[in-house]
Amino acid sequence: MSGSDKMSRTMLQIFLPAAAGAFVIAVWYAIHFYLNEEMRFLLPTPAAVVDALSANRDSLARAAWNTTKGAMLGFSLAVVVSSALALILSLSPLVRTSLYPYLMALQMTPLPILAPICVIWVGAGLKSVSLLTFVIAFFPLVVNTTQGLISTDRNLVELFRLYRAARWQQLLLLRVPAALPYFFTGLRIAATLSPIGAVVADMNAGSSAGDGGGLGFQAVIYSSQAKYPALFATAATTCVLGFILNAAVLLLAWLALRHWHDSYERTDR
Amino acid sequence: MSVEPIVEFRDVAKRFGDGPLVLDGFSFTANPGDFISLIGPSGCGKSTALRLIAGLSPVTSGALTVDGLSPSAAAASLAFVFQEATLLPWLNVAHNVEVPQQLRGVPAAARADTRRRVLDLVRLGDKATAYPRQLSGGQKMRVSIARALALSPKLMLLDEPFGALDEMTREHLNEELLAIREQQAWTAFFVTHSVAEAVFLSNRVLVMAANPGRIHTEVTIPLAYPRTEETRLSREYHDLVAEVSRILRSVEHASVAASPQRVSP
Repeated sequence: MSGSDKMSRTMLQIFLPAAAGAFVIAVWYAIHFYLNEEMRFLLPTPAAVVDALSANRDSLARAAWNTTKGAMLGFSLAVVVSSALALILSLSPLVRTSLYPYLMALQMTPLPILAPICVIWVGAGLKSVSLLTFVIAFFPLVVNTTQGLISTDRNLVELFRLYRAARWQQLLLLRVPAALPYFFTGLRIAATLSPIGAVVADMNAGSSAGDGGGLGFQAVIYSSQAKYPALFATAATTCVLGFILNAAVLLLAWLALRHWHDSYERTDR
Repeated sequence: MSVEPIVEFRDVAKRFGDGPLVLDGFSFTANPGDFISLIGPSGCGKSTALRLIAGLSPVTSGALTVDGLSPSAAAASLAFVFQEATLLPWLNVAHNVEVPQQLRGVPAAARADTRRRVLDLVRLGDKATAYPRQLSGGQKMRVSIARALALSPKLMLLDEPFGALDEMTREHLNEELLAIREQQAWTAFFVTHSVAEAVFLSNRVLVMAANPGRIHTEVTIPLAYPRTEETRLSREYHDLVAEVSRILRSVEHASVAASPQRVSP
């Protein structure tokens, strides 16, 4: 590909999303002003949302920090526990058929039902929020990592057998690196689910004690006070959190896989 | 005076599970320094014979010794080159070449010395930091061969290593392989579908027959080493290729005629 082609493609990659954003904002304004004046509260203008964001920045920042703590604690715990469990599950199909139904059961139970149980056990607040986020983030991680650990290229396994590799050598030098692309797929799903999980958990098991309320708690308050622009501002803050966590995971995956994995194949070669 | 054979099959039979016999009445002795090619119709047990020598699978009956030991005890003296390059995609060329030694606990400094030497042998010294996906098919195979050489094996088992490559690359690699062997003097078992390749490389060609797999004819190749581009142009080489082809055709014809699902008109 020539330099100018590449340049124009980069321009397009910046221009098109910007144009799409401008279009959405235009439609947004159009709907707002199309509504009767007494109904316009249903969709505050982007400018009103930005104003609310700025007016409530202290409480939103505090709430965002609390949600980040809950999301990160739950997410990290999920990474550690799911990796350990995936190693056990990868040992044999028998272990997998024995344990998968119970993992599924945990995943099938909706968060608002788990939340009060969690509160009884560890009390409302950060502990409950992290624990519920853990439950949400855990499943995609354990499923993907296990799949990665059992999908090692047969030829490579044969090579290690031929050179009489010990079990731990096969695990550390072959199965674990081969599972990395799968692990990162799970990690990306978990990174998307964690902030959402933390917010929903906060609505159902959060606590404002000691300024501990998160974005879910804040949303409940704004909603009860009919502060709709602030509610939209809370939604925007949650999105930003999700984007940051996703970007961090994408960066990690890129660092780990860019040299060798086909998903990072350069197209200009 | 008799030499200690490096590989000895005595009336070996092999079947997988309850399946049919893959090899039957397989008897053969390889002496140190032999370059032996196995050629024959699909399903004649060529690759199976290699896997038995490598200890990847046990014999069903008969006796097999490798370097005077049972195959599973002889692992240290042999190296295997698979049909595919089987490189670890997340390691660069240098680290791939070091894997077998790493598995045997060779210290890093010694590994690096060996790696430099074998990469020079396959003329890939400048690719040490490249990743497998940046290499061509022929280059990947040369890395695979370098990795096998890193163990200084007495015995090289090669299972159709150049089957996926184009004719030109294959001929180049054939010459390179012989040139490397001039310096290292290992014994080779080489599975191939190409008569020309078998004749060019070997001093002994085993033509095998299928159902069950067995040795049909052994052809001795008296061409002098070192063999080069010139060898391919010689009359003697062409006559040998013609002779092995003729035997192979008769074996394939016989196995088609013998197979029960075919009825002659």
